[in-house]
Order: sequence, then C-alpha cells, then structure tokens
Amino acid sequence: MTQEPPGKRVRVTSPRSGAARRRQVAVTHEIDAQTGVGEVFVRSLITTQMRLAMLVLVVVAVLVGGLPALFALVPRLSDVDALGIPLPWLLLGGLVYPALVTLAWFYVRQAERVEREFSDLVERS
Amino acid sequence: MNATASIVAVVLVATATLGIGALGLRFSRTTSDFYVASRSVGPLWNASAIGGEYLSAGSFLGVAGLVLAFGADMLWYPVGWTAGYLVLLVLVAAPLRRSGAYTLPDFAEARLESQHARRISSLLVVAIGWLYLLPQFQGAGITLRTVTGAPVWVGGVVIALVVIVNVLSGGMRSITFVQAFQYWLKLTALLVPLAFLLLRWGADGWPSPAAAEVPPGALPGEEWVLPLSSGIEHPVYATYSLILATFLGTMGLPHVLVRFYTNPDGRAARRTTLVVLVLLGSFYLMPALYGALGRVYAPDLLAAGRGDTVVLELPARMVDGMLGDALGALVTAGAFAAFLSTSSGLTVSVAGVLSQDLLARWMGGISAFRAAGVLAVLVPLLLAVLAQNLPIAQVVGLAFAVAASTFCPLLVLGIWWWRLTDAGAISGLLVGGALSGGAVVLTVLGMATEGWTGALLGQPGAWTVPIAFAVMIGVSLATPRRVAPNVARTMVRLHMPEQIEVDRGDFQPRAARLSRSRRTRG
Repeated sequence: MTQEPPGKRVRVTSPRSGAARRRQVAVTHEIDAQTGVGEVFVRSLITTQMRLAMLVLVVVAVLVGGLPALFALVPRLSDVDALGIPLPWLLLGGLVYPALVTLAWFYVRQAERVEREFSDLVERS
Repeated sequence: MNATASIVAVVLVATATLGIGALGLRFSRTTSDFYVASRSVGPLWNASAIGGEYLSAGSFLGVAGLVLAFGADMLWYPVGWTAGYLVLLVLVAAPLRRSGAYTLPDFAEARLESQHARRISSLLVVAIGWLYLLPQFQGAGITLRTVTGAPVWVGGVVIALVVIVNVLSGGMRSITFVQAFQYWLKLTALLVPLAFLLLRWGADGWPSPAAAEVPPGALPGEEWVLPLSSGIEHPVYATYSLILATFLGTMGLPHVLVRFYTNPDGRAARRTTLVVLVLLGSFYLMPALYGALGRVYAPDLLAAGRGDTVVLELPARMVDGMLGDALGALVTAGAFAAFLSTSSGLTVSVAGVLSQDLLARWMGGISAFRAAGVLAVLVPLLLAVLAQNLPIAQVVGLAFAVAASTFCPLLVLGIWWWRLTDAGAISGLLVGGALSGGAVVLTVLGMATEGWTGALLGQPGAWTVPIAFAVMIGVSLATPRRVAPNVARTMVRLHMPEQIEVDRGDFQPRAARLSRSRRTRG
C-alpha cells in the first residue's frame, strides 16, 4: 500500500446531487424501523413541543393563576379603580381574554415553526 | 314579560334547528358521517360549531346568575372555561387529531392497546355526559317556567324531544351546521339586548352595582364587589380548585373531543382551537355585565332564589314596551339555543360510545346509534325531573371536576409520557373517577356543606386531580412490563406532522371498523 505524500489533500465529493434525497428516505426509514437514530428524531420533536407547551402553561399559571394569590396577599389592589371599574373586575371580566388569545396565537405560531423545522431537518439530512 | 313573543321565539329556534338538521340529513348517509361529518367541515364553521356546542346553559344563564349572587369570584367560571381551551390547545389538540380517534375510548384503546381501558373510558364518558346533560334539561325547565309559568319538567321534555329528532335524523353532520348557527345566535341574543341595557344604564347616570340596594340575606354590595369575599368558606382554596377543574376539565369533556376529528389534520386542529378561543372570549365578556346590571335592576331575584333567570328578566325590565318584549324574546331564543346545542353535542357523544361499546353486540351501524341516542337522552331527563333544585353552574362545575380527575391525566400522560401503562391508566381513571364522583354525589345530596369538608367536597378538583395523576404515574412505574408493545409507533402517529411520510400503524376507530365489517358482511 503506497503512502500518500504528506500535505497533499484529497477532495472527497459526490458527483451526484441526488445524495440528499437518498438520505431523506433513510431518516423516515430509520423512524419506521424504530432504530436508535429514528427514536432520537421522534423524541427530539416531542421534547421540543413539550417544552413549548410547558412554557405557555407556566406563563398562564403565573399571569392568570397568580391573580387569586395577589388579591389575597395585597387586598388594597381590589380597591383600585381603573377606568371607573374595580381592578379585579377589569382583569377577570375583560383583559384576561385578549391575554389568553395572544398566548394561544404565540403557541400556534411556534408549534408550526417547530414542525416546519423538523420537516426541513428530515428532508435535509 | 310577554309570553307570546317568547313562545314564538322558542318555536322558531326549535324549527330552525330541525330545519338545518334536515338540510344536513341530505348529505349524511354513512356511519362515519353520523359520527364525524366525514371531516369535510371548514375551520370557521368548525370553530363556530365548537363554540356553539360548548356555550351551555351554564354559560348563557348560569354565569350571570352566579355573578348576580356572589360577585367577583364567579368571574373565574368563564375565565376557566376559556382557559381550558388554551390548555387543550397546547397539550392535546394536534396529537389527538393525529391519533385518529373518534372518541375518548378510541384514544384509550389506540394508545394503551387495552380493551379494559377502553371499557372503563366508555363508562366514564357516559357518566360525565349524563352529569352534564342534567343541568341543560333543568335550565330549559327554568326558562320555560319563567316565560310561560309551565311546570319545570316541560322545558326539559321539549328540549329532549328536539334533540332526539335532530340527532336521530342527521347525526354529526347536520349537528355541525346546527351548532355553528347556534353560536352566532347566542352571541347575537346577548349582544343586541346588552346594547339597549347599557343605553338605559347610561341614561340613568350609571348607578353602581356595588352600591345598589339588595334584599336582606343577599351578599352586601361592598363584599360582592371584592374578590375572595363571596361568603363561601375558604375562598382561596375554592378559587384555586375551581381554576384547576375548569382549566384541566375542558379537554376531558366527551363532546369537546369528538369535534377535533372533524379537522383535516393536526395543524388545522390547532388553528381551529385558536379561533375557538377568540369566539369564547368575545362571548364571555357579556354574562358578567348582565349579572352586575341585575344588582341594580333586578335585586328581587336574589330574594326569590331565582338568580339563574336574570338574563331572561333584564331586557323586559329595563326597556319599555314592544322593544323590551322583542329583546326578551331574543334572549329566550338564545337560551334555548344554548340548551339545544350542548345537549345535542353531548347526546351524539354519549350515543356514539353507547352504540359502539354496548349495543354493537346486538345491532350495527346507524340503528345502534339511533337506539343509543334515545337512551342517552332519557336517563338524564329522568334525573332532571327527579332532582329539580340543583343550581345549574354548580352541577356543570362538578362535571368539569370529574373530567379533570379522569380524562385529563389519561390524555396528558398518554400523549407526552412513553411509560404510561394500561394498568396505570385504569387505576388512575378508577381512583380519580371514584373520588371526584363521590364528592359530586355527597355535594348533590347536600351531605356536607360546612367548613373544610364542605369546601373540599364542593370543589374537589384541587385534590382529586393531583391524586389521579399520582396514581397513574405510580402504578405505571410499578408495572413497566405492561407498556404497550407498539408505543413507539403510536408516539410517531401522535406527534409527526402529516406531510412527513412515515408508518403510523394501522389503528382504526371502532366506528370505522364496525361499518367496514358490516359492509363486507353485507
């Protein structure tokens, strides 16, 4: 076996641009065959989506779930009037709804982005 | 209140419901049409239908009645019923659609690969459905009594008949159109009168609801306006328990889940849920205003213990003449739409489960569905006639507590936790169902109303939900060998976006299997 002279580089390329396409089949096959690689892909998608869900739930728990505690700990808040309406009524009867819709909108956008990126990943690799 | 105008309104709503149902009938011919409208329903239609089905007697009449009587703390009911959809959106919506299940028992079977889990889920669906149908029939009875003076049972029987005819003739397909129509009817029925009520309120110089004269025995205005002072014992515990039950209970209601199958894919299921949140949020801005105005214009209802009728009474009291009568008829129509839509949706779900899991042995397809529909309505109607004095929103709240203590852990753990086993799920369903169901029975019978026992049983969510989760997790960890053999494939099915081509297993909901086997046999 002849030794390559040191310093000389060998370029390894594929002449075929269809290489990426072959791998796409491979990743979905890994998932179908339930190999370790396939399971890593599936679990990573589920973990990402679960983190996103947890983030939204923690925000809801703090913002909305924190209100009774706040009213209990700082009773003076309940006497505050905003726009002529007592603060608890303004928050619970009105402002909480746009807040929930905004959170839902944020979640839908992010969840779709996660799925788009996952599809890209499966197709690219 | 002018009875004739209101009776005309009720007849119109019933006729329109049956008419649209008949229109849908021309399109629904196969078994899967009956259950899930063949998945050919657009997102706004579907979201309107979900909203229409969800806004029940508890939302249309009950919230205003509770706010009138107990004030600020009761605002948590509509907040929880809306936030429940946000929790459902982030934890359940897309995976559940992707699971391909028509019903909760289908989901249990698909995920756990266990017929026992399926059967126990079926029993719970029927129990929760009946518990939720009961206050709908009661609400109908109260409404018809307010309008015409008829005995309370008449309204329930009227609603039951319309629902049976409608469900039996058209199934889910026609129900979808009916429900969508009824959301917009309900919104209009509260919004238009509210505009006139606010005009009158302004013309009177905006008298403060908190300063209004109320009859002796009612909650005084200065306590009514503040949170955590509604006269209920242990208000902080009760508030948090209510939050837990409503936020987590929505996903476990039988008529809510079946709707998700009518979305074409998981992404559409999410987007539909977002629209639902907008529709519910818009609606729930209004009932509290009715309740608050009731302090000023109808405080006598408090003394009579008829707070649930405040929405029906206000228009005729605050607006004079023909216009007042017309507005009164409009809210009556909206109230009937509320009973009809929620009871139709519940009846379809309960009938679906009854026919697939109990009657399928003796008869098949559409005839089983029809027999089950009659059964699904008759039992809660009898219960409603026998137990007439339960407050509407309280019974609805208890149904949420049972759903949150049973199906919420099943769905959340089933979708996100690989190690859930059939033994764990079944133990959790049984323990959660027994504890929350026991609390419901004791509360409804009025056995414990005082002190901590009363608070714990009246709002059981805060302890039954964590116990159900703990039992499901603990027993699953103790039975690691019982993890479903195809759990990996099921997880792929639940979470993988539809455009990625992978093997998703071959699960078929039972309704589809039944109709297929009949077709090959016949």
